[in-house]
Amino acid sequence: MIKLRHVDKQYAEHHALVDVSVDFPEHQTTVILGPSGAGKSTLLRSINLLERPQQGTMELNNLKINFAQQLSTKQVLAARRQTAMVFQSWNLFPHLTVLQNITEGPRYVLKQSAAEAQQRAHDLLKQVGLDETANRYPRQLSGGQQQRISICRALAMNPSYLLFDEPTSALDPELEAQVLRVLQQLANEQHSMIVVTHNMEFARRVADRLLFVEDGRIEFNGSSDEFFNHPTERIKAFLAAMKF
Amino acid sequence: MLKAGIRYTIPLSIISFVLGLILAVITALVRRSTPRGNLVSRGLWQLVKWFFDFYVWLFRSTPLLVQLFIVFFGLPNIGVQFSSWTAGIITFSLNSGAYASETVRAAISSIPQSQWEAAYSIGMTYRQVLWRIIFPQALRIAVPPLANNFISLVKDTSLASSITILEMFMVSQQIVAHNYQPMLMYTLVAVIYAVFCTVLSILQHYLEKWTSRYVADPREGV
Repeated sequence: MIKLRHVDKQYAEHHALVDVSVDFPEHQTTVILGPSGAGKSTLLRSINLLERPQQGTMELNNLKINFAQQLSTKQVLAARRQTAMVFQSWNLFPHLTVLQNITEGPRYVLKQSAAEAQQRAHDLLKQVGLDETANRYPRQLSGGQQQRISICRALAMNPSYLLFDEPTSALDPELEAQVLRVLQQLANEQHSMIVVTHNMEFARRVADRLLFVEDGRIEFNGSSDEFFNHPTERIKAFLAAMKF
Repeated sequence: MLKAGIRYTIPLSIISFVLGLILAVITALVRRSTPRGNLVSRGLWQLVKWFFDFYVWLFRSTPLLVQLFIVFFGLPNIGVQFSSWTAGIITFSLNSGAYASETVRAAISSIPQSQWEAAYSIGMTYRQVLWRIIFPQALRIAVPPLANNFISLVKDTSLASSITILEMFMVSQQIVAHNYQPMLMYTLVAVIYAVFCTVLSILQHYLEKWTSRYVADPREGV
């Protein structure tokens, strides 16, 4: 379970998160929607501490984080062990092969043996249909392939939560479909997922729960049915703007 | 003369470059760090950063020959005495370290922030991110300018003759004093420097090829 309480993040001229309190239950897919600059990514990135809110607390399974205090390196590493992130531009390590990209974390963070890590990496690659790319470099692959590999990289860490930061925004529709299939599959397998996206169709199909974020506040927190079939005026306007 | 090259010029260059490079990496990391923690530790760290800023400024703003003279002839006045060899190593290391630190700093900065984030997101420590993710990529960027630094250093060691190190150029001068053949001898010493530097250029070529293997021709297999 992830519990955020009164989380507040302020940049020099921008209040990114305003007193956000929200829970992310396990084995559910929570989709975060909202206009650009609303604070969706900041919220997601705060969970694995790539952003540091100035106020509030976070409970990550058994771990308690108080953002008002200086976090120790140990705390930060322990918190990051609970989650794994998939980025908008996938951010694979260009100097490592596909296989090495996936085994890097398990070998050097989880201290698995090379054989164990490689076995798991091959299994994951097979699941996304890319085992034949194991010895290539990321540069030799399409964006859709790279994003599926970055999902494998995240899964290899066995995180209790998978975080997706606009995982398909940088892909054209055909490649997007490949990646969405993988996300759908993960959701079906009951992984705990938090997905920031602009893809409404995906949100409707996959989300167990929807958050609508605007101006750093959570304006809606409920089921996908409620969001799409009984929208408030503001959500109607948002959906119209998204041509959905 | 060639013997002096092998006994003095080459070791002086290699030792100074290696020490300089270590110093450069430390300097670059300190200078791009952000002071953290409580007021006292932030303050102390800021002092350390200023010290390294000062070091780079000092060695890039004064002539190498003057630096050699200060270390070898000047410091004994205040009670610090080195052999000519030690003074040479210290000065060349500090000097090349100051220049190389800017190369290293630029190379590290050229790696996108997203690489740090991706590595942190899989739970790596700062040190792991540096060694396993950032340095291998930064090295590729840094090889050509570092090779420049190294090649300059090889030729700059000729200045060590002025603090009584018996390196190649010093020996050539001594030979000229006996045989009165300056044109021949100085051309010869120039050729030997050129040979050393050519070897370095060839090494640079192979190192570049190796560090760029992952950006090699993408046609294969696509």
